[in-house]
Amino acid sequence: MRLPVTAWTSIAHRASGVFLFAGMAVLIWALDASLSSPESFAELQECLASPLAKLVIWAVVAGLIYHSVAGVKHLVMDLGVGETMEGGTRGAQIVIGVSVVLILLAGVWIW
Amino acid sequence: MVTAVTSMGRSGLSDWLMQRVTAVVLLAYFLFVGFVLLGGVDYAAWKELYSQTWMRIFSLMALLSLAAHAWVGLWAVFTDYLTERLMGTTGNVLRLLAQIVCGIIVFSYVVWGIQILWGF
Repeated sequence: MRLPVTAWTSIAHRASGVFLFAGMAVLIWALDASLSSPESFAELQECLASPLAKLVIWAVVAGLIYHSVAGVKHLVMDLGVGETMEGGTRGAQIVIGVSVVLILLAGVWIW
Repeated sequence: MVTAVTSMGRSGLSDWLMQRVTAVVLLAYFLFVGFVLLGGVDYAAWKELYSQTWMRIFSLMALLSLAAHAWVGLWAVFTDYLTERLMGTTGNVLRLLAQIVCGIIVFSYVVWGIQILWGF
């Protein structure tokens, strides 16, 4: 589909939001395990050492990063910044750029 | 099509504000917890942090914000794609089912979270 970059960032914002709604179950589960007891904390650490678990956490964190960056763009636009056609395109490009960098950094941190 | 009856505040402007206030709370919470985790924690320090009253207030605030934020956001998605205009009456049925499931999950997250925060 040929869509302007602003449409892609908007769709991705929605998609990441829906994804995070499910992803929250993983984070709440992890919070539960991390606090229940020293044993469950250690088990969680062990579990998060596996490549699959790292991938899941990275996916959720990536969704969180993208959704947050795109959300901050909304707040900036609410302040009246970048509301023009060019501003919207520029904003969408910045959102993609910043998100990619942060998601890669998060990946480095997780691995 | 009647959609305002299932929106968070029964008003677009109210939902708009709610979405932004909850977003700021969630962003602050995830940034804070993210930085704590970046610094590295052991069980004792982690438990100590979550034993603090202010942290429990902050966590519950984030949890309730998540519930409202998810409801407003998913309402926007459902009322855009699961509609009578796009799929006829099926759209209405699917949308209401989706909202029921969404409501059950949101409520479960809140209860689960409270149980974790005050149950360890």
